[in-house]
Amino acid sequence: MILEARNVTFAYAAGVPVLRRVSLTLERGMILYLLGRNGCGKTTLMQCLSGGLRPNAGQITLDGRDLHSYAPAERARQIGLIPQIHTPAFAYTVREIVLMGRAPHLGLFGSPGKRDYLIADEALESVGLAHYAHRPYTQISGGERQLVLIARGLAQRCQVLLMDEPDAHLDLHNQQKVMEIVARLAGQGLSFIVSSHAPNNALAYAHWVLLMKTGRVLSAGAPADTLTAPLLSDAYDLEADVIYDGADDQRVPRAVLPRRRTR
Amino acid sequence: MRVVTLRRLWQGADVQVSGRDVLYVVLLLLPFALIVLSLMLGLYSISVENVGRALLSSIAPAMAESVPQTELTLVLRIRLPRVLSAALIGAALASTGVAFQGIFKNPLVDSNLLGVTSGAGFGAALALLLGGTAALVQGFAFGFGLLAVSLAYVGSRLYSTAPMIVLTLMGILIGSFFGSMTSLIKYVADPLNTLPAITFWLLGGLTGVTWSSVPSLAVITLVGGAFLWLVRWRLNILSLGDAEAVTLGMNPNRLKLIIIVCATLMTAAAVAVGGVIGWIGLVIPHAGRILVGPDHKRLIPVSLALGASFLLAIDNLSRALLPTEVPLGVLTGLVGVPLLILLLRRNQTGW
Repeated sequence: MILEARNVTFAYAAGVPVLRRVSLTLERGMILYLLGRNGCGKTTLMQCLSGGLRPNAGQITLDGRDLHSYAPAERARQIGLIPQIHTPAFAYTVREIVLMGRAPHLGLFGSPGKRDYLIADEALESVGLAHYAHRPYTQISGGERQLVLIARGLAQRCQVLLMDEPDAHLDLHNQQKVMEIVARLAGQGLSFIVSSHAPNNALAYAHWVLLMKTGRVLSAGAPADTLTAPLLSDAYDLEADVIYDGADDQRVPRAVLPRRRTR
Repeated sequence: MRVVTLRRLWQGADVQVSGRDVLYVVLLLLPFALIVLSLMLGLYSISVENVGRALLSSIAPAMAESVPQTELTLVLRIRLPRVLSAALIGAALASTGVAFQGIFKNPLVDSNLLGVTSGAGFGAALALLLGGTAALVQGFAFGFGLLAVSLAYVGSRLYSTAPMIVLTLMGILIGSFFGSMTSLIKYVADPLNTLPAITFWLLGGLTGVTWSSVPSLAVITLVGGAFLWLVRWRLNILSLGDAEAVTLGMNPNRLKLIIIVCATLMTAAAVAVGGVIGWIGLVIPHAGRILVGPDHKRLIPVSLALGASFLLAIDNLSRALLPTEVPLGVLTGLVGVPLLILLLRRNQTGW
């Protein structure tokens, strides 16, 4: 276990909890998917787990230590957050964006040196974008930006990467490209928490799924156990079918299909 | 980009130097060359040798022996305070412009965003209306510049949500309030004496600058500039927004507040001495980005150098080349706009 949340409760305004007694355990090398409707608390949970928000009740521990006992830079050396694809106000190069991952390793008055450049280039290499180092980040595609942000997380050298909807705005090819790299990095021991609106990607890549509804955990477990027709129908407030593949005794869920309301 | 490989003889190691690195070094050295040039230029022009001897005479008095007394006085008593002020003011306005554009994530603002220049303008106009001395005008300009930003800051604390947006709005409100107050003073001022003095001050200029105003300007600009230099790489991260700065282990609000205080002091000191010299804080940052890219690691040093160089060049134009002194605030735009349009033609930063 490296990151653990126990009964985390959080409210932006008193009396209106956004998270209610949420618990999860993230192991080394695990890809954990957060699924649920818009507003179910996925993003708030991610912010609590990254240390940006402090839970009103409950506890989050990192390597057995209370997350809020870590200094900000110390915490950022362990946990990185990959935001949704964005466009910065200034046209930094891809390499400059990746270098920013070195921030928690440098003093307030420091700036990256030779070793940091090497680490950044190495990180770009491992997401297959070494040749993009000097391109302006504002001029590359959404899928490439997602990979650059992953590279920044690698340059940050953390154990846990939180990804906020990495599959949003990406075509099928780029979703696969990003998630294959995530799966490969997980195989090397990095842990991921991925919030997503794509249950099919969870079926393909997740080791563990947290299905959330109105701030609560509706179900948690392996994808085949949580992404079932009744649970999905409850979580998303619709009728859904799960399509299985393979012979009866070893069938594998492959796709989630919402049903049309009227035909 | 062309890459030249130099061999470092004393280490035997290869060092790669790109065209961009050469440009960077040239830009950083530019203000020093321009300071010497500015000391030579004027109605009475002085040779580079005598300028050098005059400058060194403060350390080695023997150097001044062959230099005429008139030239010594011109260089050390008249031109040097003005030239140094121009360099310091240009550096302050340009670097604080870069800092504000970074922390407000907006390439269209300058350090007047929170009302410092408007407050300073009102302070100076008030002092001139009261018939104050040059020192009083400077003191009032500096004090009211700080007051304006403090009011904006206190005002923004009244609301707990979205502090940066409320702070910006408060700055604009306080700025326009002081703008109206300045107009009111101009309206009631004596149109024969006071009004022209106020108008002239508001257009900016270094005509009356003496040694007395240089020490405070120098200390504030150098200390503030050094701080911006030290945190320059962090500006990259602040410009991505608070959420990302937090996940990268920073406390963005505290650092932004320190930068705002620092930039406000620098701008107030610059405006107090030079009057309202617009345009530099907005456009030199863009010129810097076109030349060396948006990375603040290089942009802050380059904006310090480029701001200093630009105002030195403009002041020379005003002082030495034109028959009568044209206000700096007018010339910066007249010269700078065509210059920037030329630079934009080769823009590859793609912002």
